[in-house]
Amino acid sequence: MIQWVELTVFTLLFGLVTVLGFVASRWQRGDTLDHLDEWGLGGRKFGSWITWFLVGGDLYTAYTFVAVPALLFSAGAMGFFALPYTVILYPLVFLPVLRLWSVSRVHGYVTPADFVRGRYGSSLLALLVAITGILATMPYIALQLVGLEAVLRTMGLNGTGFLGHLPLLVAFVVLAVYTYQSGLRAPALIAFVKDILIYVVILVAVVYLPAKLGGWEVIFGAAEQKMATTNPNTGQPTGSILLTANNQLQYITLALGSALALFLYPHCITGVLASRGRAVLKRNMIALPAYSLLLGLLALLGYVAIAAGVKPITNGATGRPDTNTIIPVLFDNEFGSIFAGVAFAAIGIGALVPAAIMSIAAANLWTRNIYKEYLHRDANPAQEAKQAKLASLVVKFGAVAFILFVDPQFSIDLQLIGGVVILQTLPAVAIALYTRWLHRWALVAGWVAGMGYGMYLLYQIPNVAAKKAHFGGSALTLDKLDLLGWQPFAGSTLQIYVGFVALAVNLLVAVLVTLVLRRTGTSAGADATSPQDYHADEGSSRVKPVTQSAAGH
Amino acid sequence: MSDHVESDHLESDHVEQSGLRFSPWNLLLLVPFLMLVTPWFNSVEPRLWGMPFFYWSQFAFVPVGVVCVAIVYVTTRTEPSPTATARGGPDVEDVDDLDEGMANR
Repeated sequence: MIQWVELTVFTLLFGLVTVLGFVASRWQRGDTLDHLDEWGLGGRKFGSWITWFLVGGDLYTAYTFVAVPALLFSAGAMGFFALPYTVILYPLVFLPVLRLWSVSRVHGYVTPADFVRGRYGSSLLALLVAITGILATMPYIALQLVGLEAVLRTMGLNGTGFLGHLPLLVAFVVLAVYTYQSGLRAPALIAFVKDILIYVVILVAVVYLPAKLGGWEVIFGAAEQKMATTNPNTGQPTGSILLTANNQLQYITLALGSALALFLYPHCITGVLASRGRAVLKRNMIALPAYSLLLGLLALLGYVAIAAGVKPITNGATGRPDTNTIIPVLFDNEFGSIFAGVAFAAIGIGALVPAAIMSIAAANLWTRNIYKEYLHRDANPAQEAKQAKLASLVVKFGAVAFILFVDPQFSIDLQLIGGVVILQTLPAVAIALYTRWLHRWALVAGWVAGMGYGMYLLYQIPNVAAKKAHFGGSALTLDKLDLLGWQPFAGSTLQIYVGFVALAVNLLVAVLVTLVLRRTGTSAGADATSPQDYHADEGSSRVKPVTQSAAGH
Repeated sequence: MSDHVESDHLESDHVEQSGLRFSPWNLLLLVPFLMLVTPWFNSVEPRLWGMPFFYWSQFAFVPVGVVCVAIVYVTTRTEPSPTATARGGPDVEDVDDLDEGMANR
């Protein structure tokens, strides 16, 4: 049955952001939208507030808001890694992000691959970084749809087959059209609405629900009870509200690995490059943890859902219970229809903002590092912008097709792989911000090794609870870690994050190959950047005017 | 005097060659990483408002991270080159300002 009041509130708010999305093309507009700096980076002039909402909406996605509590709901303490992950994130990236902003602003780089191209004079390395970025982003977009669909299904739009996906398709066509028209300004403006709604909803929920259910002690008690029950598939306890001896290392490496990976994702870099100057970014690194606090509180709603006796909805398309619906169901059960509708709109709109930014980022990569590099070398800025707009449509409909024709579980698996994959660009992008010591061919070799080994390890991981033999998660039991048949930790039951192991192999290979290539004197390529470029700020004469920068590629 | 200016210039060139600006305050950015030492807080007691230690202690790290980043922001706000701070001389300007000054001439 369809929840009409909730659906009406949802539709009204959705309509509001649609109008905003179209109006955005006129907001703070430059001379022309036919330029990648304008369409793809909003004119590179966003101030502190816009950046806070935009990057906040970009990093803390609808899927995160739905999946993190779902993880606590089903596995316990392990899901809480999202909090340390987003706390160490800002001190970790504070300095490198500033260097990336400066060098990109001086040279007019739009994507991380542009920077790699300039830093190493290697179009192959840039191509690898671009492809990695696109591959890692695609399933991420698809996951935003999973978040949006969880909400739609909770409101009763839980049809089977194609009809069940139709509301999602409608929502995405609307998103695709206004992103095409307004570029990055659309998600920037919509992010204001999304984030304000999210803050209101979550703050109300974490104050009201514990009071209603008898306090946190009762809630954690209920969670502890549920985690102690035996999972029939594994014969082990379902989970634990504390870390166990086996998953502590996984908790640490997953938090650290995720923090290292996040600002390598093209959509996060897009948010950074769209800001006006270094001071804007610095202030944001201080203010963005407000979202981390929110995410931590939201994560605990997973336990609140246990205490409130929430049962996940069975997805009409796959026929399986979908734990991603627990937060929507919790709101549906515990709040009045109007507030639940607002909450659903917050999550739904929360899916649109990152999906738009991700598709823009992927489109920028395609345009700058594949189309312009290999297909149409002398494309002018207007042609670049046109190409990127079209690419953003292709990317979005690719993601929708994914959800329509492939089991959503596959997107979740791919997103897991995506994190491991994007981490392999760390040496070429993040380390390159500080030193060119690693040789460009060594970086290629490291990428191949890290990528191959990461895939191999992910393939080896089963998920007994979900009855899967391969790609069952990102937690590798050290016992299974083998290097060409050699098992250094045989017998160990400790778990570690695969991405971390793959990155270590990547770095090791890169260092070894660099040493060899230095001996043989292989050309290291030309560096288009100079040391001062990494400190240039807004207003510096090094910085090119926005509309000319991309032309002088 | 001219010798001084000369050496200043060379030194600042040297610093810019490596392209790195280091401030000891930057080390504060390492403090939040202490929250990765999970054995320290992987326990139920002491509780706060019924919430196990494992959870509320990690919430407590959010302001720790914010304060550390904020201190680094405030202390490096002007991002002077190391030579300028060492000599405290107003004559050594930021490289970018020098560039701009030349461009205007």
